[in-house]
Order: sequence, then C-alpha cells, then structure tokens
Amino acid sequence: MEEHVFDRYLRRDKLRTMWCPGCGNGIVLQALVRALDEAGVDQDKVVVVSGVGCSSRAVNYLDTCGLHTIHGRPIAFATGVKMENPELTVVVVTGDGDCTSIGGNHFIHGCRRNIDLTVVVVNNQNYGMTGGQYSPTTPPDSLTKTSVYGSYEPPFDVCSLAAGAGATYVARGLTYYPVQLKNSILEGIRHRGFSVIDAVSDCPSLYGRLNKLGSAADMMKRWEKLAVPVSAAKNMTPEELGERVVFGELVNTGARREYTEIYSEIIKKAGGAGND
Amino acid sequence: MSEYKIMTGNEACTRGALYAGMDFFAGYPITPATEIAELSSELLPRRGGKFMQMEDELASMAAVIGASAAGARAMTATSGPGFSLMQENLSYAMTSEVPCVVIDVMRQGPCQGVATVPAQGDFMQARWGTHGDHPVIALAPNSVSEAFSETVRAFNLSEKYRTPVIVLSDATLAHMSEKVRLPGAGELEIAERARPTCPPEEYLPYNQKNSRVSPMASFGDGFRWFVSGIVHDDTGFPVTNSPDAIEDSMRHMLDKIADNISDIESYEEYRTEDAEILMLSAGLVSRCAKSAVDAARREGIKAGLFRPVTLWPFPEKRFAELCARAKTVMTCEMNEGQLAEIAAKYTDGAQKLVPVTQNNGTVIKAETVLKAIREAN
Repeated sequence: MEEHVFDRYLRRDKLRTMWCPGCGNGIVLQALVRALDEAGVDQDKVVVVSGVGCSSRAVNYLDTCGLHTIHGRPIAFATGVKMENPELTVVVVTGDGDCTSIGGNHFIHGCRRNIDLTVVVVNNQNYGMTGGQYSPTTPPDSLTKTSVYGSYEPPFDVCSLAAGAGATYVARGLTYYPVQLKNSILEGIRHRGFSVIDAVSDCPSLYGRLNKLGSAADMMKRWEKLAVPVSAAKNMTPEELGERVVFGELVNTGARREYTEIYSEIIKKAGGAGND
Repeated sequence: MSEYKIMTGNEACTRGALYAGMDFFAGYPITPATEIAELSSELLPRRGGKFMQMEDELASMAAVIGASAAGARAMTATSGPGFSLMQENLSYAMTSEVPCVVIDVMRQGPCQGVATVPAQGDFMQARWGTHGDHPVIALAPNSVSEAFSETVRAFNLSEKYRTPVIVLSDATLAHMSEKVRLPGAGELEIAERARPTCPPEEYLPYNQKNSRVSPMASFGDGFRWFVSGIVHDDTGFPVTNSPDAIEDSMRHMLDKIADNISDIESYEEYRTEDAEILMLSAGLVSRCAKSAVDAARREGIKAGLFRPVTLWPFPEKRFAELCARAKTVMTCEMNEGQLAEIAAKYTDGAQKLVPVTQNNGTVIKAETVLKAIREAN
C-alpha cells in the first residue's frame, strides 16, 4: 500500500495539534502538505519557517526542516536561509498579525526583493493565540477583545499589499475551498520568486464567538456569500462585487527576476564564482 | 604568508571575519559601523560569499541566524541603536543555539546620542540587553590588531559553543588606523562547526541534560531538524509544561559557558604583581589607562591594570584575587560607570573604589587618569 501523504509529511508523534476544534489551521496545514507532495520537491530540502501565533505552530507538525522563529520575523529568517542555500524550498507559514502587523516591514521588503519564498498567510482576522484581539485584517465594526465597541481601524487587503510591494505570485485561497487553496500553494511553490498566498481562515473560538457567527461550519459557509472567484469577479460591476473578497490567482508574472539568481550573477561579476 | 597592513578597526573586523571564514553578512547602515557592511559587500561575493543589506536591524539579525542554520558562518555589524533592535533575535540565537557574530561599534548614547563619537555605553546592553536570563560572550579589543584577532576568536567561540558572540568596538577604534600583522592562512586556529556523523534518524540537535554542545546539522543536508526559541528537549521540539525541561534548558545554556570559562575567558594583566592601585579598563581606552599606570609607576605609585578582553563572561576569579591584594580599585571607562558596578561586586569595603568616567564623546586622556591615580593614592 502506498504511504499516505500525511504519513510522509506529518510527524505523527507530534499530533494531535494544539488548535481548537473548528480552527482553519488544520485545513491550511493539509493543503500545504498536499501541495509540497504534489510539487515533488525533495523533502530533505524543504525548510518551513514560521513566526509566532496559532498558525505558526504548523511547523511543529511537519516532517521537514523547521525554523520556528520569533514574532513577526519569519520572512527575514527565511530570507537568510534561502540566500545561503538557494537550492532549498523555503516556505513561510505566518498569520495575519505576524505577517502584516509586527512583520509588515519584512513582508513588503520580501515582496520587493522577489526572493524565492512561498509565504502562506493564515488569515483568521484576529490574534488567536493571545485571546482574540483585532489585527490589521479584522473587518470594520467587528468585535474583538481590544475593539469591544467595534473595530475602528481600516483593514489591509493582504493580496493588494503584496502585489503593490512587488510580489510576483499572489493568490487568495479559503479554507472553505481547500482544493483551490492547495492549488494556490502549489503554484506558489512552483513559482520562481516571492509568492504570497492569503489563506483566509476562521477562528470560531474567538472571532466567531465574539461576533456571534455560529459554529465553525456556519462560519465557513459565510464565505459562499462573502467570497467570489476571480473568474466570476471579472464580469461583475463594482456595485455587484461590493465588499466581497476575490479569491484565486491574482498575480502571476515572470517579469521580474528572482533575487538569489541575480545575486549569483553579482558573485560572477565580483569574480567569486566557483569559490563558495 | 603573513603581511603587514595599515587599516582601520572596522576594516580589521571585516578582514578578521573573512579570515575566520565568514561567508554571509546581513546588515543595515549605521554610523560608525557602516564600513564593515561596505567592505563585506565588496569582498564577500569575490569569494563566493553573500552580502545582504536588510530592511532593518531586526531583519539583519534574523537573516544572519537563518543563514547560519543553513550552514553559513554569518555575521552582522551595528552600533547602539541597531544593537537594541537586535536584542530579541539575539536571545533567539542563544536559545536555539545558532552560532553567529555581532560587532557592536559603540557610539555615544542613549538614543541617537552623537553617532560619530565613541563611548562604552553598551557594556551592559551586551550583557543584559535581551530579556530573560542567559549567558553572553562579549569580546572587547583594544587595538586594530585585536579587532582582527578577536573577531577571529569570536567566530571560533561562536562555532564551538553554538552561541552568538558579540565584539565590542567603539567609534574611535573603528575609524583609527594602525599597523596590523595579518596572519597567513592556517596560522590562527579556525574552529569548524561540529557536524553530525550519526544517521539522520538518530540525530539529536540539542543536548539539554549536560553542558556539552551537540553537533549542528545544516538545513538541506539530510537531517530534518527543528529549530525553536521555545524551551525544548534534545529533539528541539517545544516542551512547555515541564519545570524539569525548563530547568534542563536553562542549566544547559548557562553551564556550557560556565564549564568552559578557562577556554573562553581572556584578559591582560599589566604591572599587577604588586599593584596597590588596581585599574580596571577594557577596549581602546584601556591603552590610556596603561599609559597612566606607567606614568604613575615612574612616580613611585604602585599601579597596575587589569584588562578583560572577554568582557563577558567577566574574568571574575582573577579580578577578585587582584582586588583582594589592592588598596584601591579604579576603573577607566567611557560611560557613567558600568565597569565600576562590576568592580563593586569584588571590593568589600576594604578597598576604595574610584571610577574614572568620561561620557562626552572623547577618549579619556592618560593625563586625566594619572591625575585621578595621584588623587586616589
């Protein structure tokens, strides 16, 4: 019998996960595992880097090299890893707070450099690990532990931010559509350059409970109305689209060269080729 | 073949790092350390190494640790404000036992202070800048030659003990030029990183039960290992609900330095054999203290100098012995008395403690120190 993909890529002895029932992190983790498997990369050459937060714990369950770093910095750590050894497949698993708040500077500079990292932003629109405070992606008027009168800060659109900063592959997936999410991560891994996958997820224990959004299943079903695929969005007027999130592939360009490739030419120019 | 060259302290740090095998540098421009980044950006790619100018010092430290985990001998260089930004990641390197070297070219502070002038205000930042209890290795060269050799030693200690090592320079040492004898290849010992030789499934990247350091794999070389800043067991995976695991983790981190003090610490003693006035001074300004000691001796005053080259861990055993024999303990330092606070631990009231401090962006003159010695005598 063929070994199951989960047996290949998950450390069974580290399960079960620390995540709450109904959390979207498990779906993102399985999408990542399937994407890595489908990409056919050498498992010994995969490094998964994460920051701090619920989703960053994903790295604890993966049978790859793992670099569980500090809050906000996984992209900067991953940049060092990739730069030192460009042969590695380097994936960053980060959260909306980890990536776009405390780590926002590293995020935009990673996009700008176009270094070959695949960044999966598990976006559950709040800080879960610390108990449900508002994050830079919390929708307006939402109730969180630090916005008890309704969230009053305008949110980031992770994909627009990434595209604006120069990421050469940008996609949005949802835990409600796990196959499409897996495909987006897979394309991100295959893409030679900085890839961002905004993995829209749910936090039923905190954000869901505080905003009375029902069960985990109820929360997921919301996305049928709240999200629309790129293909359908193309034919919709701005009025029809309204506040809905567009998912699928948003940017995929080979127009800019990858950072470590450019640097290998710098080494040639400096006369250091073959000396490393 | 060795050769003689005139260079600045910043160049010596860079060339020392290259001699020690640095192949990765990530940094962010900051006065008065920038020349280390500039020279690294030029010289590293010439030998196949990598240079990165990061978006800030947090990222610089992070990239250095990431590169080291992937197998690089990695370094960054900064000054006080940037060093502050690196502190959290420094604690990550300590906890996750990832070797790296940080050059802190001290300038007058706090805050922006005066960026172009020297000070020694980061002695305690080097010791306690990051959160939590932790050991630190920090080296304080007092010449351009030592800026070279202590940077080499920083890499060696870092690799040997799998810990970040800090080199404390200052704005004057960084920018002054002196003759340096550059050692030939193979002349100075270069400690290679111990690599695992066992099969990957048996590999334990950590050794929390005693003070020995585990061999370190590199990402991508077949060992699927796990690196974390959380309290972990020998596998590297978090153990958070066990007082025993926390205790083991702390003991290992502290003991691996404490048990190897004789290998790590280094200091210079000058005319201490019968010193009644014992001067404690580190870094460039210790040379002024040394001149003052000579001048005092010419006047018949029994002065001597104790200069920790390893500022941290502070060579306390020898210093305490010398203190016990002295009538007066003095410090010579370009801050508000950070060494004096250390010295106070070893003077029990039997000795007078006289700090000579100056924190105005200039190096203390030997005459100033001599005057203080005369007054203390």
